Amino acid sequence: MTDGPSTEERGWFEGLTRGDLDGAREAIETGTAESPENWPTRAVAAGFAADAADYYDALGEATRHAAREGVAERELSDDQQLIHAIRAMDDAERTANELAERVAEWAGSRFEEGEAGIEGARVIAEREPHGPGDERVTDLAARVVDLDAEAARLRAFTERTAGSVAPNLAALAGPALAARLIALAGGLKTLARKPSGTLQVLGAEEALFAHLRGQATSPKHGVIYTHEYVRGTRPGERGSAARALAGKLSIAARIDHYAGDRRPELEKELDARIERIRTRGES
Amino acid sequence: MSDDRSGSTDDGSGNSPSLPTGVTYREFGDESEARLATRGRPVYGERTEGEWRLWDPRRSKVGAMYEKGLDLRLGGGKKVLYLGAASGTTASHVADFSRCVYAVEFAARPVRDLVGVAEDRSNLFPLLEDARKPASYAHVVEPVDALIQDVATRGQAGVARANQRFLADDGVLILTVKARSEDVTGDPADVFESVLADLREAYEVLDTERLEPFHDAHLAVVARPR
Ligand SMILES: C[S@@+](CC[C@H](N)C(=O)[O-])C[C@H]1O[C@@H](n2cnc3c(N)ncnc32)[C@H](O)[C@@H]1O
Repeated sequence: MTDGPSTEERGWFEGLTRGDLDGAREAIETGTAESPENWPTRAVAAGFAADAADYYDALGEATRHAAREGVAERELSDDQQLIHAIRAMDDAERTANELAERVAEWAGSRFEEGEAGIEGARVIAEREPHGPGDERVTDLAARVVDLDAEAARLRAFTERTAGSVAPNLAALAGPALAARLIALAGGLKTLARKPSGTLQVLGAEEALFAHLRGQATSPKHGVIYTHEYVRGTRPGERGSAARALAGKLSIAARIDHYAGDRRPELEKELDARIERIRTRGES
Repeated sequence: MSDDRSGSTDDGSGNSPSLPTGVTYREFGDESEARLATRGRPVYGERTEGEWRLWDPRRSKVGAMYEKGLDLRLGGGKKVLYLGAASGTTASHVADFSRCVYAVEFAARPVRDLVGVAEDRSNLFPLLEDARKPASYAHVVEPVDALIQDVATRGQAGVARANQRFLADDGVLILTVKARSEDVTGDPADVFESVLADLREAYEVLDTERLEPFHDAHLAVVARPR
């Protein structure tokens, strides 16, 4: 703590016009200082406020505005945006793969045999075309490469968004699976309201219907199968692992929807639970 | 401490040596026992009696600290930095008897409610910031008389140390340590010992108290900067 005015540190109000709330928000959000100063005194000395009470009025108005806008902005990256993005990602991936097959088939009739799939399209896109027929093929291959790159960017975006929409769920499930679960449920709220047994088989609807028609055994897990805690558990204990994971994921989804704060202890509880399941009956 | 709080109807000038001006025990309705209260607009559906609102120790760790008879060395009319304000349950009570409260919370959803609370309390300043990054709000927060921390996250001692820069030399740290946030499986007593050891690098610990039965496996710590 220092009591003399420091020359380097700048208070949020410095250079600001009184009443410019957006400017104040910007200053509050982006400004920094190593250590606090006696800002009320500094603000009065700088002519920003008439006295301490006046300074606190301005500070209250500015912090409320900044917090309100900050919250609204974060919530724009909401679960419905996430669902649009994940569907777009699936479409982009599927379309890229379909077009890559078309490119491979067409290219096979004009050029030497190459690889199939996205990698094959990447090679063809690099080719120097000879004539308009070649050009249609190489251009189409270039579109495939672009679409694949866009799918990768969409994937990164959905994973980031999942972390801000559902921080606890993303921490437990991993961002990709968290995004998947929210999309399958149709939103964070609907996911939060589902019993954990439903969450456990989300994405296994076909298997579930087959079971209900009496044509198959009941599915033990849906997309949560992709989680290391299910896949990496030996088959005999997989059902228990899936149940334990689904239970914690559904608690995480509820906290994310109803409270929104981070609860790091959930991860540790899950780790401990899986550890017990994996080691029981051993040794 | 029940001798101090029977049937008091004073103006809230503090009726126990450790209660700040503006905090008092009073009777609510037909309840026979006097309850902790501050004066202000209700926030979370708590009972009211005139301008007084019940401060529920089960909903608030600072409330529980008073209930357990801890001396928080917090007078009325002080400047406070509150870390982990959530939706403002406790921060609103503290604002009722303080000069001003800078309330830091990094999760967006609770901050929405916190802003609502601040709309009724012109001395409560909500900050959507991360308490692990004090430089991101030191251009807004002034030096304070008390640092109240309830972040329930791993590294609670580290957060208190990083924020020591805000505390006046004769200021007080009022810290809640949640054992399960540091280590879910460890014995709370061991977890508290290791957090305290870490804290002592920068603070002199004046008093500690477990918050049962109000909050399980939580330790209250009162400390001052070294
Ligand atoms: C137990 S709650 C606080 C309850 C509040 N003190 C009350 O009594 O009304 C803990 C809060 O700390 C917040 N938190 C955790 N880590 C944080 C950090 N690094 N910065 C700011 N807030 C944090 C959580 O989001 C949560 O809202």
